[in-house]
Amino acid sequence: MRHTRSQRGFSWRWFMYLLLVLGTLFFLLPVYLVLVTALKEPAAIMLDTTWQLPKVWNWGSFVQAWVSFLPKLKNSFVLTITASILSAMLGSLNGYVLSKWPFPGANVVFPLMLFGMFIPYQSVLIPLFSFIKSIGLYGTIWGLVVVHVVYGLPITTLIFRNYYVEVPDALVEATKIDGAGFFGIYRSVIFPLSMPGFVVVIIWQFTQIWNEFLFAVTLSKPDTQPITVALAQLSGGEAVKWNLPMAGALLAALPTLMVYIVFGRYFIRGLLAGSIKG
Amino acid sequence: MKRRVLFVLLILAAIAAQADGKLEIFSWWAGDEGPALEALIKQYTTLYPTVQVINSTVTGGSGVNARAVLKTRMLGGDPPDSFQVHAGQELIGTWVVAERMENLTSLFTSEGWKTKFPKGLIDLLSAKGGIWSVPVNIHRSNVMWYNPARLKEWGVTAPKSWDEFLATCKTLQGKGVQAPLSLGENWTQQHLWESVALGVLGPENYAALWTGKLKFTDPRAVKVWETFGKVLEYTNKDAAGLSWQQATDRMVKGESAFNIMGDWAAGYMTTTLKLKPGEGYGWAASPGTAGTFMMLSDSFGLPKGIKNRTAAVNWLKLLGSRQGQDIFNPLKGSIAARLDSDLNKYNAYLQAAAKDWKANKIVGSLVHGAVAPESFMSQFGTVMEIYLGGKNPTAAANAAQAIATQVGIGK
Amino acid sequence: MRWPRNKDQLWALLVILPSLALLAVFVYGFIGRSLYTSLTDWGKDPAQALSLKPIIKFIGLANYKELFTGLIDSRFRQDLVSTIFFTLFFISGCLALGLALAILLDRKPKGESLFRTVFLFPMSLSFVVTGTIWRWMLQPEGGVNRLPVLAGLPAGTFAWLTSREQIWRFEWNNLPFYTALVVGAVLAFVSVSSLRSRQPRRGWVAAACAAILFAWAFAVGRGWKPLPFPELHGFNLAFIGIIIASVWQMAGYTMALYLAGLRGIPEELREAARVDGASEAQLYRRVIFPLMAPITLSAMIILGHISLKIFDLIFAMAGVDNVSTDVPALLMFITAFRGNQFAKGAAIGILLLLLVAAVILPYLASQLRRQARR
Repeated sequence: MRHTRSQRGFSWRWFMYLLLVLGTLFFLLPVYLVLVTALKEPAAIMLDTTWQLPKVWNWGSFVQAWVSFLPKLKNSFVLTITASILSAMLGSLNGYVLSKWPFPGANVVFPLMLFGMFIPYQSVLIPLFSFIKSIGLYGTIWGLVVVHVVYGLPITTLIFRNYYVEVPDALVEATKIDGAGFFGIYRSVIFPLSMPGFVVVIIWQFTQIWNEFLFAVTLSKPDTQPITVALAQLSGGEAVKWNLPMAGALLAALPTLMVYIVFGRYFIRGLLAGSIKG
Repeated sequence: MKRRVLFVLLILAAIAAQADGKLEIFSWWAGDEGPALEALIKQYTTLYPTVQVINSTVTGGSGVNARAVLKTRMLGGDPPDSFQVHAGQELIGTWVVAERMENLTSLFTSEGWKTKFPKGLIDLLSAKGGIWSVPVNIHRSNVMWYNPARLKEWGVTAPKSWDEFLATCKTLQGKGVQAPLSLGENWTQQHLWESVALGVLGPENYAALWTGKLKFTDPRAVKVWETFGKVLEYTNKDAAGLSWQQATDRMVKGESAFNIMGDWAAGYMTTTLKLKPGEGYGWAASPGTAGTFMMLSDSFGLPKGIKNRTAAVNWLKLLGSRQGQDIFNPLKGSIAARLDSDLNKYNAYLQAAAKDWKANKIVGSLVHGAVAPESFMSQFGTVMEIYLGGKNPTAAANAAQAIATQVGIGK
Repeated sequence: MRWPRNKDQLWALLVILPSLALLAVFVYGFIGRSLYTSLTDWGKDPAQALSLKPIIKFIGLANYKELFTGLIDSRFRQDLVSTIFFTLFFISGCLALGLALAILLDRKPKGESLFRTVFLFPMSLSFVVTGTIWRWMLQPEGGVNRLPVLAGLPAGTFAWLTSREQIWRFEWNNLPFYTALVVGAVLAFVSVSSLRSRQPRRGWVAAACAAILFAWAFAVGRGWKPLPFPELHGFNLAFIGIIIASVWQMAGYTMALYLAGLRGIPEELREAARVDGASEAQLYRRVIFPLMAPITLSAMIILGHISLKIFDLIFAMAGVDNVSTDVPALLMFITAFRGNQFAKGAAIGILLLLLVAAVILPYLASQLRRQARR
């Protein structure tokens, strides 16, 4: 069977590779352009030589972008790591409750929670802004942390809940018989099993929070801006010399890209979890 | 031993007490415009060495991003000590009516500024019985730039009225110049509109639009849109993709004959393109607007509830002083708002502009925040879209009047 | 009460309570507050908009009425149209490209994991980064338009994001009529297929509804004019650039979904089909695609809700001032934070929420019905 197929499908196989290469070109061409533009000197960036390699390799744009982005990178790191870990911890506890300790109304409460992950944040932006201002967290990193932790609760809860549902009830029952209570079961059974779940959730949240823009642009001040806002301002200016935004885009993308390349498997798991496969 | 420690602590405390203040300046002067601001700040720190100046800039042309950031800060109860704002309704219609700014009349009196700025300017800065900001510079909006050598080649001169302009453009098209007027993206089109409006209506009627005395639906105002449509036919079709500098480049290279842009274009052509005023580029008032100076001004105000009021007031005093303005403006490429500035520090174009500033009638720019509040400005883009979509002057006029009524112009 | 049976169950509730409370406030509380704000006049009077203690009056649905019938709100109406077109093309693009890539990868080419990494990497980027990159790519005088030059062809001349062209124009006042016709046609189709599959009640109910809609359309709908003036809307060609960029970013997601689904199809099933004499094409059409249907539905919902509320990408690609690429999410931002009209901005936000809810709620309901059955 295999023999016939490869004989008959020989040209199809080549066609398949051709399509794959075209696909690769589509996805990688922009990356090429970004690199090439970032490495050109500002004066050499002209629209009609866009695709050509730079005659002189100018690393200066990266240096410039790095210098101006450094404080924002710091902001982004502090914000993202703190918020990811916090929302993961809360998500784990919530997922544990929803999967192993159902309470009356849990079936109604869970979808109500999930709805929060789908809403357009523009519909809560103005009251959110007033609220953050009124508790004095406007313009601080902590304000953004709070916001991201709260709005991250639905997805982290969902991922952990689906993950813990797979833990056999028998295991939980056995531990209960041994005398463990709510927290005891979590400590001795659930938490040790959670490592893959934490990895998926933290990687997912890291990517989402690092890349987020709307809350960042509304609730931060120039000194607490995350990197996405700084990048948007770079390219929004007039008479942009594109080497700087391109270098900036690369720098801004690097952390999440690295996470994706190294932890790709877990990244995909987080991706798939968001489609509530149940 | 203990006494020595105490002594050292006291000294440190004294030093700390000396660095008594900070001053946060909020502006959108980054990039090319940065050096002028920095020179001013340097002067300030020379005069007031104990104050630490924090230079908060938000990049983004014409303050688009800065205004949004400023808004969230003001709403968040954390006003900067002083912020850059276009003088006129951009400040008055947003922050003064909301009672967030301090009245500066007493400052104007104590510094003797009432005689040092033209009356037309002070009128634009005033509302509700007070004066609300200190103008640092003046830019002119209604300027038409051209390439003198090319105009000679084509055998035309700078037109003096919009009708003459249309005729000249027709001639130029006959000579192969496809787009005699070079134009750029969105706001530059609105910029062109206000020159057309001033040329068609004249200074009195133009000013009447903003006090509500002349309605946008008045036949004279509708004629502005008709003329605007005719002018647009002589512009380049790819305008939407060009920045203002690229549009100016077209004129410099000779692909277009004329470019209507504010006089920051002079700064661009002199400093970046290294052209000589008068030789590499020439200028005239926009057709039909000779004798009128359509101004826009960057200014600073005094918000209520700031932390470093004394430092901020000192900043304003520096801004309004002859010395301050003559440090800032030559670097920025604009003229001083004061009538007594030392013209020797300025280049040929700016000297001519300063002369006009003293002599001409003064009206405010629409696009750059002098005559209409933000709520009007942010919707004027829709009016422009309505016009560009259907080329229907009446529809555009109706839309403009609808916005004006909603926003309360003339109330 | 059967619950709580012991202290532990009480602890469980207490542990989850803070999260529930936070979400109750931050999601539902704030939506309620936005709703209330949208029913006031905050921002209409510039004097009140930004003062420390604004005086706000309740004005009911006036903001909404204005959005749908006001002369100067044509921008909002075009945004709605644009968003619907964008959603259609974005979803189709992602589904098509994702499915194609998944099928290709499922054939186990050499270097499969490398290809997969390449196809999926844009998902790790921020929309702002993607927008910045594609903004540069789609400059009218460079980037993509220059590609043909490399092959010796003349450069492209499409204006991409700055294009002001609009196709498929229709008159807004005809919208009720056309909508009724379309919905009626759908109901008629449902009715016919239900009757054929022996569900008479459903079939006749659908037929009745279709008939009522058609009758209304021809009798009343044609004459009903929501707007007192003519207004043309259509598909802005400037969105083509945005569609390409967004598909570039999200096609990997659908690919991952489809790949997982394809891998879930047991090899025996495929073998059985081949033994029955099916060609590869038939195998795909008759066996594999129907099995992918639930994934398609799931992906459509997720992609749909992303595209309806899209903001970052367009902000970075075209800025807020490019009217041809405007969407409601952007309009909300500049209405509130530039035009200082907070009530109207809130109204746009609520309308956006309703749009998204229309897509998400049925999906959530069906997912949970499925879970309840477990």
